[in-house]
Amino acid sequence: MREAPGLLDYARRWPLRLVMIAVGLFLYLPLMVLIVMSFNDSRRTTQWKGFTLDWYVAVFRDGELVQALLNSLTIAAFSTMLSVVLGTLAAIALWRFRFGGRTTLEGAFALPIVVPEICLGVALLIFFAKVMPWPVGMPWPLNLGSIVIAHVAFSFPFVAVVVRARLASFDRSQEEAARDLGASQWRALVDVVIPHLRPALFAGALLAFTLSLDDFVITFFTAGPDTVTFPVKVYSMVRFSVTPKVNAISTLLLLFTVILTFVALRLQARAEAERKA
Amino acid sequence: MFSPQAPPRRPIIEFRNITKRFGPVVAVDNVSLTIEEGEFFALLGPSGCGKTTLLRMLAGFELPTSGKILIDGKDITRAAPNRRPVNMVFQSYAVFPHLTVIGNIEYGLRIEGVRAAERRERAEAALAMVQLEGYGDRKPDQLSGGQRQRVALARAIVKRPRVLLLDEPLSALDAKLREELRFEMSALQDKLGITFVMVTHDQDEALALATRCAVMHKGSLMQVATPADLYEFPASRLVADFIGSVNLFEGRVVVDENDHAIIDLPEVGIKAWLDHGTGASGTVQFWLALRPEKVELHKRQNGEAPPVMEGTPPGYNVLKGTILDIAYLGSESVYDVRLEGGKRVRVIRPNLTRWDQEDFTWDEDVWLGWHAEGAHVLLQ
Repeated sequence: MREAPGLLDYARRWPLRLVMIAVGLFLYLPLMVLIVMSFNDSRRTTQWKGFTLDWYVAVFRDGELVQALLNSLTIAAFSTMLSVVLGTLAAIALWRFRFGGRTTLEGAFALPIVVPEICLGVALLIFFAKVMPWPVGMPWPLNLGSIVIAHVAFSFPFVAVVVRARLASFDRSQEEAARDLGASQWRALVDVVIPHLRPALFAGALLAFTLSLDDFVITFFTAGPDTVTFPVKVYSMVRFSVTPKVNAISTLLLLFTVILTFVALRLQARAEAERKA
Repeated sequence: MFSPQAPPRRPIIEFRNITKRFGPVVAVDNVSLTIEEGEFFALLGPSGCGKTTLLRMLAGFELPTSGKILIDGKDITRAAPNRRPVNMVFQSYAVFPHLTVIGNIEYGLRIEGVRAAERRERAEAALAMVQLEGYGDRKPDQLSGGQRQRVALARAIVKRPRVLLLDEPLSALDAKLREELRFEMSALQDKLGITFVMVTHDQDEALALATRCAVMHKGSLMQVATPADLYEFPASRLVADFIGSVNLFEGRVVVDENDHAIIDLPEVGIKAWLDHGTGASGTVQFWLALRPEKVELHKRQNGEAPPVMEGTPPGYNVLKGTILDIAYLGSESVYDVRLEGGKRVRVIRPNLTRWDQEDFTWDEDVWLGWHAEGAHVLLQ
């Protein structure tokens, strides 16, 4: 009689392998085409003519494009920091305290996750137009303020969700132990709760960063004419023609995010190893 | 594990009319209790009896609904947990996973602002006290449950608290380790001279460790006494039943003299002889409590005459029964005996020689008997 296959044994059967390969191609083939075509020595993006690095040079010669990329990275950095702080505080408040309207507030925090981006974009547009106009003509990077605020608004709930999930596994008696040993409430939070949250803070930061970096819709509505971010710039370039320059800069961005993810994972793995060691 | 009785000491903890409600639930109901300096005090009771709530109010994690808590005569009812001269060993140990063993122990001292050199010295001393020398650099997840428990203990005693609180300190450990740690905790308390207050649902633990126990039930104190008094002179059926097991017979006092009493037990149709007066009037309903190990088994196969029990005239304190079931536990055997009327009595008999367990067998007819000093009278 044949033994029942183990969990990983299925990976050795050909039908499953086929499916796995198909899924892999479906996910990564477009990206591979993008990368390959960024080295294409042709103005057109459809035909392979030969290898070149000209497009990468062209990217860095294009001042507007570099500025857009710089804007995006700056916005992402600021909105990540703010989102992590706000999201963590929100999660802790919901987890730690009992107060009137707690469930309502919890729902309100989750709202930006489910509200269509276009609605949030329009809402923020009206907000910045009528309620709190962001001063025009501020020096860089202050002119990015409205976009940073908009990005924080939609990414901090994601951080809050991740942190909240991690808090669920926290043993409350550890906090009590810290208090018992003489720590004030704040000190106990910093010394005991935050260390427990570290992996969630990494994950939340990474999430907030990528959300901010590639957001188009909300940025499109909140950006002024002089503050162009990378996705908005790429969009406007594509409207004329998809040049290999777009491919090149996308490849660079891809590389950047892959490195970032890798670094984050390494940091987390090291923290984990330290815990074990 | 028995420490000789010390002379009376001054009170260190006072609960005054403490009540704690959680919504409609009364967790602690008007408890007043004084704990004296140097005691190893146990709060004993089934889960949900309010013992943990009482301990947590002492530590400052819960505020009483009404009443006062005093430590050294000072009202600390509403003081924050970090402003009380008490430290706690948590049931889950609550050792900080991101700190090393020594980091855990030093934590409280660091908050106090103790200088690094002294901090290290005191932490090492505490580590030695719980026999974990050389483990300072380990992380908690490299330790066994017993070792983590010791870290939690060291972390608390290094602060030199006035009172050490222990929340079910041994419940998560296996039986062998539990016994070992019992001895150690007892020795530790002698060495430190700190007052220990322990919460436990394990009566063996309370009897073995405590100098005094409070038995709690549904938020109220049932009895506060030394372990021996709790076991031998329980105040109520509830306490008798909770501490160890007990056979109860309903009865009525027939003769009540200074030096003896005769009690009618209509339930089993015999009379019992007590070596002391009860002071209870004949009409009051009460119970005779008989611990299983205080009941003797005698042969009855060949129509043997009832044995005469020590301290009683012939005919008292003997019952006819048949062995229904036997549980051989090695050091002793437990017999489930059915009386003629159908009532069941539990008997524990120590296996004094290697053949004792063969003395009685299933379905054997026996006489049950007990000493004039064996039974205890309960009024409620």
